[in-house]
Amino acid sequence: MTMISRRTLFKGAGAATLATLASPALAEDKVKVGFIFLGPIGDYGWTWAHNKGREAVEAELGDKVETIYVENVAEDASAIPVLRDLAQQGCKLIFTTSFGYMDQTLEVAAEFPDVKFEHCTGYKRSDNVATYNSRFHEGRAVLGTIAGKMTKSGVVGYLGSFKIPEVVLGVNSFALSAQKQNPAVVVKVLMIDSWFDPPKEAAATETLINLGCDLVTTHTDSPAPLQVLEQKGLFGFGQGADMSAFAPNAHLTAIEDIWGPYYIERTKAILEGTWTSTDTWDGMIDGEVVISPYSAAVTADAAAAADSVKAGYMDGSFNIFTGPIYDQDGVERVKAGEVMGLGDLATMDWFVKGVESAA
Amino acid sequence: MGIDFIIAAIITVVGLTTPILLAGLGELVVEKSGVLNLGVEGMMLVGAISGFAVTVYTFNPWFGVLGAAAGGALASLLFAVLVLQLNSNQVATGLALTIFGTGISSLMGLSFTGRIVMPFASVFPDALAKHEYLRLIFGYSPIVYFALIMVPLTTWFLKSTRAGLILRAVGENDLSAHSIGYSVIKVRYAAIAFGGAMAGIGGCYFSMVITPMWAEKMTAGRGWIALALVVFAGWRTGRLLTGAYFFGILMALELYAKASGFSFLPSQFWAAMPYAMTVVALSFISSRGTAGANAPACLGKPFLPST
Amino acid sequence: MRIKLEKRHEPSLAMLVATPIASVILTMLIGIVVFDLLGINGFEAVVDIFLSPLLYSYKWQDVALKAAPLIIIALGLSMGNRAQVWNIGAEGQYVIGALCCAGMGIAFGQTGGFLVVLLMIAAGIVGGGLWAAVPAWLRTKYNVNEILSSLMLTYVSFQVLGYLVGGPWKDPNGRNFPATAPLADAQTLPVWPESTVHLGVLVALILPFVFWVIMARSEFGYQVRVVGSSATAARHGGFDSKRTIWATMIIGGAMAGLAGGLEFAGVLHKIDLGFASGYGFTAIIVAFLGRLNPFGCLIAGIVLAVTYVGGQMAQTSVHIPNSTAGIFQAMMLFFILASDILVRYRIRLIPSAKAAGV
Repeated sequence: MTMISRRTLFKGAGAATLATLASPALAEDKVKVGFIFLGPIGDYGWTWAHNKGREAVEAELGDKVETIYVENVAEDASAIPVLRDLAQQGCKLIFTTSFGYMDQTLEVAAEFPDVKFEHCTGYKRSDNVATYNSRFHEGRAVLGTIAGKMTKSGVVGYLGSFKIPEVVLGVNSFALSAQKQNPAVVVKVLMIDSWFDPPKEAAATETLINLGCDLVTTHTDSPAPLQVLEQKGLFGFGQGADMSAFAPNAHLTAIEDIWGPYYIERTKAILEGTWTSTDTWDGMIDGEVVISPYSAAVTADAAAAADSVKAGYMDGSFNIFTGPIYDQDGVERVKAGEVMGLGDLATMDWFVKGVESAA
Repeated sequence: MGIDFIIAAIITVVGLTTPILLAGLGELVVEKSGVLNLGVEGMMLVGAISGFAVTVYTFNPWFGVLGAAAGGALASLLFAVLVLQLNSNQVATGLALTIFGTGISSLMGLSFTGRIVMPFASVFPDALAKHEYLRLIFGYSPIVYFALIMVPLTTWFLKSTRAGLILRAVGENDLSAHSIGYSVIKVRYAAIAFGGAMAGIGGCYFSMVITPMWAEKMTAGRGWIALALVVFAGWRTGRLLTGAYFFGILMALELYAKASGFSFLPSQFWAAMPYAMTVVALSFISSRGTAGANAPACLGKPFLPST
Repeated sequence: MRIKLEKRHEPSLAMLVATPIASVILTMLIGIVVFDLLGINGFEAVVDIFLSPLLYSYKWQDVALKAAPLIIIALGLSMGNRAQVWNIGAEGQYVIGALCCAGMGIAFGQTGGFLVVLLMIAAGIVGGGLWAAVPAWLRTKYNVNEILSSLMLTYVSFQVLGYLVGGPWKDPNGRNFPATAPLADAQTLPVWPESTVHLGVLVALILPFVFWVIMARSEFGYQVRVVGSSATAARHGGFDSKRTIWATMIIGGAMAGLAGGLEFAGVLHKIDLGFASGYGFTAIIVAFLGRLNPFGCLIAGIVLAVTYVGGQMAQTSVHIPNSTAGIFQAMMLFFILASDILVRYRIRLIPSAKAAGV
């Protein structure tokens, strides 16, 4: 580096002082890894899972790394100073763990070309911004299989947040899988325009139940729906983490987001100097999407069918998005034998046949 | 679509309505005494965590409800001291209380995340509480009945008791109530504490009944709806009850419409309805002048006796 | 023993200045004790929250960006409060201002430049002003309490935002996420070289002087103060209190709309569901912390911004939970509101034989 502007100098000086202030005994060769979280780490959902990933990094790499995190960071302009702060405190790698940090991540990344950023669930990259995501829909295929086997009414509910690709994929994967077990299954989708609103999630679950659903899966963040199902003696699934503690009887299984392996791999890349900007979309085969143990309520044939889907994803022989796939109006969107590519999946905005939704 | 469907829908509406009814009743009494406490959301959150925490420790939801009432009332007393003793601005103090309540509840809740309690469900025998039809009457948490009983009780208190009369007099004209010899400050303290306790109980309905767990900001803005409700009801207890159910039905309608595949109106329209209708109702009430309105004349104004 | 309050003829200037400072210091002291009790290094936490953002120059721009909207909104609100007009719907006016600004930008497509940006900001001002005109109209025409109506309209505005960014204004390339398309570069506010400090920060620095001149030197400012002191005095002085309500409400809304437009065109460049982040409510606190004085608002806005930025710094350095920053802000406000009485009243302790009737 030959050109050091006054500002960067200042920045460095400030960061050094701050670092000493924060942890006086910090050894210089430790690599600092930063995380910003959308919710509190105790939300038992999305943020909780990411924090588990952070802890896995510490456990695996021990004193080679130091991790720091900031929780409850709003998805607005206030994320920018937080990110800058992490960079100034000397973080070499920063994970931004929610979609809403996308543009903020790119903006701060442009100011700190030497710091690497990893943005979760986004689609914009640059030289020092990578993106990563999980193929949650593979997990949804397992849940859908169980649901298809276990529903008696043939109507299952899907409580969602917004009609974004991640949720659309989840709905479609769930519906297609359920229909494989029982072609007549109808999936009722209810979007509540929020990721976290326990009373609304609870009321929405009651609504779906009253409209005939005997099983409800959720794509919002709180365990509220499961607790309603528990009180009604019905079944559902955990989202993001094993939520069986909240609903021991209703909880059939859960999709667990396991971020640890990816976080460890990327931190190692920093340590070894091999980090490059990539777009990673890992799934079950990589251990990033894990199905919790089935509860006793899962019937033997449901468990067997679910296991075969799981095995299919583990050895790469199965993909639920294999044609023929029809949309809600019955139009064939994917021809028989064709498999939807990741690019198509990442922008999917239509529901498959058998899904009932408002607009 | 049979009777069963309607009963289930009604039960959902009751669940949506009860917290705002409780908090609204409390705030109505507060406002009737001439004080505007905008801290309802904060007090509800404090009530939610207090009720949950007490239930976790005592395994007794009845104590939990008492704890929630105490928590809400304690939080409200902070507001009361500032507003009554030190004549601070009610609007700003109420907002500060909401910020404070949000912060303190999440701090208190740190050690309670991830834990659950038994839901505080109906205490009637299952033959009644889970009966196909009778559950419409017997299938609720005791808090629901408490809320419903509090409506006529509050009406009776405000209209027919001496204390209620004094409370209204204080809200209508604090200076003359003071000159007759009533303690404006004491009356308002009592009203504010009652409001806090009711908001606290409303809050614990979330953490102990709907979803028996604690999560930060779990009331998700219901305190503001409760504030709207009081105004929408024109400061009348009877209308507060119908208003609360009206708001509850609106919230349920949105969900039912969407889950049934209807989308003739955007969901934001439904969500905005309670607030927009409150503004309209408020205009009607206010345009009829103070004579016809039930709005306390001293609402939000500091009590400044000249001596 | 009884406490007796004596109204001062003039608010005490010494108290006016001393009490906010004392409030901040008291909050810091209590914070140290409370944090130590919670097992956190209290001194470090408080230093981080209140001082670090000021000590490190590279944090100044973060403070400036956070302070600018708070100052601008608080200026408008404090003028209203001076006239006893209680607009607490600034958050909604901020949202509508930003939406109007965005709408103007969308109307121009990719065309940008000085004039377009100016029109966008103007749209923000007008939008915020119009949204505030509703409670003003209801108050003057139907005697509707503006505290309640402006608050309700804030919640309506959130739904307007939700509808627009999730519907007609949704970014067609945004993969269905409820957000507007990012603003074209030519439509963004000029930014100080090598920083993120945008033109709005300069506006926030200039406006206090403008408001001071209006309040202290102009006929209108005098009118606001007279109407605020008493309705009777205003009538005697021949002032129309309705006109004052209209004017102060709209100015308050226009300032909030301006802040929303600046935040959109200067910082965020897009609107999503998280856009309303509480500036409008926090600005009410700023106005009180600043004692409704334009320069007071300037300083108070900076103080609040420091606690925000510092609160986030403290999360990474001493690992305090995020919620504590809010507790600090509330505590500071409680103190300032509590001490307000010292400005307006003299406190006398009177030994008494059981106060009668009280």
